[in-house]
Amino acid sequence: MYYYPESLIVELEERARQLRLDSVEMIHRRGSGHPGGALSVAEIMAALFFHKLRLDPQQPDWPERDRFILSKGHASAILYAALGRLGFFPMEDIKEWGSLECHLQGHPDRLKTPGVEMTSGILGHGVAIGAGLALAARMNDMNYRVYVLLGDGECQGGIVWEGVMTAAKYRLSNLTAIVDYNDVQLDGPVHEIMPMEPMADKWRACNWEVLEINGHDLRQVLEALDMASETHHRPTAIIAHTTKGKGVSYMENQAKWHGIAPSEGELAQAVAELTKEVA
Amino acid sequence: MGMSMREGYGRALAEYGALNPDVVVLDVDTSASTLTSFFAERFPERFFNIGIAEPCMVDVAVGMALGGKIPFANGFAALLALRAVEQIRTCMCYARTNVKIGSSYAGLSDFKDGATHYSIADIATMRAMPEMTVIVPADALEAGKWVPVIAEYDGPVYLRISRAATIPVHNEALELEIGQGIRLRDGSDVTLVATGSMVGRSLRAAEQLAEEGIDARVLEIHTVKPIDKDLILAAAEETGALVAAEEHSILGGLGGAVAEVLSGNRPTPLELVGVADVFVRTGPDPDTLMDAYGLAVGDVVAAAKRALARKEAG
Repeated sequence: MYYYPESLIVELEERARQLRLDSVEMIHRRGSGHPGGALSVAEIMAALFFHKLRLDPQQPDWPERDRFILSKGHASAILYAALGRLGFFPMEDIKEWGSLECHLQGHPDRLKTPGVEMTSGILGHGVAIGAGLALAARMNDMNYRVYVLLGDGECQGGIVWEGVMTAAKYRLSNLTAIVDYNDVQLDGPVHEIMPMEPMADKWRACNWEVLEINGHDLRQVLEALDMASETHHRPTAIIAHTTKGKGVSYMENQAKWHGIAPSEGELAQAVAELTKEVA
Repeated sequence: MGMSMREGYGRALAEYGALNPDVVVLDVDTSASTLTSFFAERFPERFFNIGIAEPCMVDVAVGMALGGKIPFANGFAALLALRAVEQIRTCMCYARTNVKIGSSYAGLSDFKDGATHYSIADIATMRAMPEMTVIVPADALEAGKWVPVIAEYDGPVYLRISRAATIPVHNEALELEIGQGIRLRDGSDVTLVATGSMVGRSLRAAEQLAEEGIDARVLEIHTVKPIDKDLILAAAEETGALVAAEEHSILGGLGGAVAEVLSGNRPTPLELVGVADVFVRTGPDPDTLMDAYGLAVGDVVAAAKRALARKEAG
């Protein structure tokens, strides 16, 4: 077990709570977005963006920066919230999300939004692109790490496993994939739509190091990320068991909340619940 | 006929690899066919065989481009321009990453393998994507000369390579610029606008037309996108009749691109030479196959006469 001071955990829990609040408010304001899969990754995003990733918001193109690819691009709200909170762009920008002039697109666009490493939205690309970035790091003698966050439903697409095999072939220990295993997708439960079990064994069979964690337990998230950094000769997959819509009771585990916006009243309840948690 | 286009490309890639250490090459278990094997032998540390997985290869290339490399991603056109199209659209074009697609065995050049392996809709698909540059060399020498040019251009490129030895058109003096067509033969009666393997065939057609007293201009449009509008519009104005010739479907390729230029600027009689909207059979060799599917020199001659007749009919 690695040691993480309680103060760090408390700080990151607060970050996760803020990211959830930002996400539901953004999605409500815009009248569209994907709350379920944004809320499920709040602790993972908090741990990455406010602790683990080496980033410089003043210098989004800093060559040494760690690379993060949101392969499940529909969780864009929480990525925008994280980047805005870090100062990659003014927080006011997120209020403009959805307007024609706003740099924030429905799904992340690397050319328009500072801090977005790679354009995403169509599922399945992250691991293969991450493998390419990790190979480039090796060839260029750079020590940045590459993180890819993908969904469990996303893993139903074959292109994911093409990337997984490629990363294993080249023993890309500088690549970490995090699977948001919330078991809910647009049409219903993942285990009914197209079962992914045994998820961890699939990655293991492809010669990845596999860590299974509770994706809402920050100590486990931090420990898994650190263990991945210290794993040699193979990439690491962190299978993060999560709850879709986590933190907003009526959204939790509901496929319905994959891709719709909360109404005024629903938002008020969400804010009340997310604010109460801390008190 | 000389060197095949794929060999011209493969050798040039290996030569240029020695000059530019940022160039990396990817293939999908087809390096012995696309002839990226020349590069692989010289620079094994910069060659990546991704297995039979074109979409993955494109995405890995995209990642390498994000990491500052200049990736050339190679395979068969039929697969790259069908199976990997979403990767090309989203991650190369929309994300504007600096990936070069070396799309080999294009058109009907894989004559022995049949319709599954032909690629006669790739120009149409690729040129419909914003940010894409689509280049179709005419011969082996030209294919090789594009390697440094596209490597040093920052942006997504689709380079269409024939498996076959097309009719040699160029010599070492050739200088290429993206988007700049080439006037290979002057003429005032009719203009033959050609790309790829049909450039050499159109030059032969021009010779036959000359014997009949018809003065045909021949333009090579190697860059189908962005297309050289000025060269085409000048030819429309000066000759008043055009033919577009390509080893591609008549739907949406060079012919479509030329028609778009003319219709918006200077409507002019235009006849199309290309593969009809059918699946093409297996053939004994590339030339026999092309001749059988409307791409013979005689087909270009006949199209030129039709265009001329329409011009004269006013």
